[in-house]
Amino acid sequence: MKRHLISAADLTRDDAVLVLDTAEELGRLADRPIKKLPTLRGRTVVNLFFEDSTRTRISFEAAAKRLSADVINFSAKGSSVSKGESLKDTALTLEAMGADAVVIRHHDSGAPHRLATSGWIGGSVVNAGDGTHEHPTQALLDAFTLRRRLGAGAGHDLGGRRVTIVGDILHSRVARSNVHLLSTLGAEVTLVAPPTLVPVGVERWPCEVSYDLDAVLATSDAVMMLRVQRERMNAAYFPTEREYARRYGLDGTRMARMPEHALVMHPGPMNRGMEITADVADSPRCTAVEQVTNGVSTRMAVLYLLLGGAALGTEEPAGPTGRHTESAEQGENAQPHAEENT
Amino acid sequence: MSTDKTLIRGARVLGGPPTDVLLDGETIAEVGAGSGAAGARVVEADGLVLLPGLVDLHTHLREPGREDSETVLTGTRAAARGGFTAVHAMANTFPVADTAGVVEQVWRLGRESGYCDVQPVGAVTVGLGGRQLAELGAMHESAAGVTVFSDDGKCVDDAVIMRRALEYVKAFDGVIAQHAQEPRLTEGAQMNEGVVSAELGLGGWPAVAEESIVSRDVLLAAHVGSRVHICHLSTAGSVEIVRWAKSKGWRVTAEVTPHHLLLTDELVRSYDPVYKVNPPLRTEADVLALRAALADGTIDCVATDHAPHPHEDKDCEWGAAAMGMVGLETALSVVQHTMVDTGLLDWAGVADRLSFRPAHIGRLTGHGRPVSPGEPANLTLVDPAYRGPVDPAGFASRSRNTPYRGRALPGRVTHTFLRGRATVTDGKLA
Repeated sequence: MKRHLISAADLTRDDAVLVLDTAEELGRLADRPIKKLPTLRGRTVVNLFFEDSTRTRISFEAAAKRLSADVINFSAKGSSVSKGESLKDTALTLEAMGADAVVIRHHDSGAPHRLATSGWIGGSVVNAGDGTHEHPTQALLDAFTLRRRLGAGAGHDLGGRRVTIVGDILHSRVARSNVHLLSTLGAEVTLVAPPTLVPVGVERWPCEVSYDLDAVLATSDAVMMLRVQRERMNAAYFPTEREYARRYGLDGTRMARMPEHALVMHPGPMNRGMEITADVADSPRCTAVEQVTNGVSTRMAVLYLLLGGAALGTEEPAGPTGRHTESAEQGENAQPHAEENT
Repeated sequence: MSTDKTLIRGARVLGGPPTDVLLDGETIAEVGAGSGAAGARVVEADGLVLLPGLVDLHTHLREPGREDSETVLTGTRAAARGGFTAVHAMANTFPVADTAGVVEQVWRLGRESGYCDVQPVGAVTVGLGGRQLAELGAMHESAAGVTVFSDDGKCVDDAVIMRRALEYVKAFDGVIAQHAQEPRLTEGAQMNEGVVSAELGLGGWPAVAEESIVSRDVLLAAHVGSRVHICHLSTAGSVEIVRWAKSKGWRVTAEVTPHHLLLTDELVRSYDPVYKVNPPLRTEADVLALRAALADGTIDCVATDHAPHPHEDKDCEWGAAAMGMVGLETALSVVQHTMVDTGLLDWAGVADRLSFRPAHIGRLTGHGRPVSPGEPANLTLVDPAYRGPVDPAGFASRSRNTPYRGRALPGRVTHTFLRGRATVTDGKLA
């Protein structure tokens, strides 16, 4: 893998499968009484959040802590300095503190790319969502969930699976990352949205586009519902939320037309009654909660692969294989209370 | 100084055969081989092309108000290095150049600089607000003698205000230079809307937002019989509209920037704000259409839209960055690269598009004149054989926001003469 994770397009098929396989191994840790590996002990991971996102931040925080990294949470929201100054100056501050990885969430598309290429910092940059550009770890956890639920095991990709992504494609970083990643993994992706919420230029994306949700449900192995902000109707993207829900929302009737094995996915937070009805959200086919769980192990895998390898220097990287996990666990047992490295 | 004589020896006037040109005081005295050199300073111009001093219809000098990015002095020094002898200073300063007082101040600062004539552009509306006409007549009658009016940076989007402005300036042969950008279609716009913006997740600036205003304004100009000038035309569709309007005989002119002749939105993939500009970089197809339109005269002239910004306004993330690029010191090189070296335009064509036509649109009388005896000695010598990387550290501009850093470009201005006096000698400011 590269030093940074900025875009899902940066991942080859083998990179992506490696992340998913690593996440599977690391995920087993959650079943153990002490959910911790010493792999990133002494490394510092900064969660740099310019935008509120408690869910993503705590997921990264849990992932870093389970790998024994020191975690610093830096919320830049409400900072009085101008936006441009604050990104550069904050980056220089983090660099001076010796951050090994910066997990960044930013309201501007491209801010993580800028952080990684500007020379402001030397550590790894992980994009935790930038504007309407990408959210690559969300795509990885979605792919992880899909692979698990659809029965393909370690070492496999999503070849031949059909995934339908429904909602505000235009403004969705989740959709952009998923289109890249799922197609890299061999899945056939179809985007469904009102034409107003599909970007001009989408014809070059590696996916199909449909305006008709009902037409694609029967052939979908998974339907991923995106959050649709109610404010969009004020900008005339659609007439009313009721019309949106009627034409593009997933309710029980529509779910019944999906194949029996097909999943309903949602990156959260859900807008119940808008893009998804409560009965669908709470049905066993909906993987929203499972996606959150998988998010932690997927993000562990990303941090592990970006930071845990060569950069460890003298220490042999504690691999997520059974043998290594065992020795790691022993290490953990030796210092059972060495945690909360904040 | 008015008794000074300069002999430019062996220059290719407008790219023609080598000849001698004698300057006497502020005017051209003789043109032809063996011009009398007695007592004259001699400039050896073997292999150099002699052009009329370049005229920019679209320059942001930033003074008054943003002297941290440029002043009239630094901007005119940059202009001289780029081969310009006259620039039109845009009105979006602080305060806005919407009164006779402000335009006279800018005009006077230009006179005092001595490097390049500064012709102020007046705002069309008070404070660039788009609602109330500024005192266009007073600005015209001031010492600055304004004939070009523009709210550049903002579009005069109200159709009635635009119509009235076009009509009103007929009284003194003025022209409205329109920044064609439909505001509602470009809310939150960060780059050209298309394949690249879809991938990068940056707000789109669709071509139709320019073309709809260009369409409306050529029709308005035709309706009231006025002159309209389209600033920084950037799309293939706008070219078609202007071509159609000209075919009707309507009084429409247009400019293109050097960067729109060379760069495309693919560069935005770097998220480097040095490529952030308004109107945005478009596609390869647009670039080729703009070159063809400049070659066939549909687009009248090249104008730099020189837009200096301090370092911190570009040393940040894309969304927070200012829009604009400096251009005065690289314009001629980009034009040679895109138009001359490609065979689309000869040097006579360059003289036409960078001097004669812009001077005529701005109704400047002392610039954009033929290289002939009796004409004002506003001249530029360029070495077309030169090729080298752009080094912003050598700019005379106070700002460095060039998209060409390190890029090898042809052509170098060796001398610039403003009314017979060298403002640039051997590539250096005099």
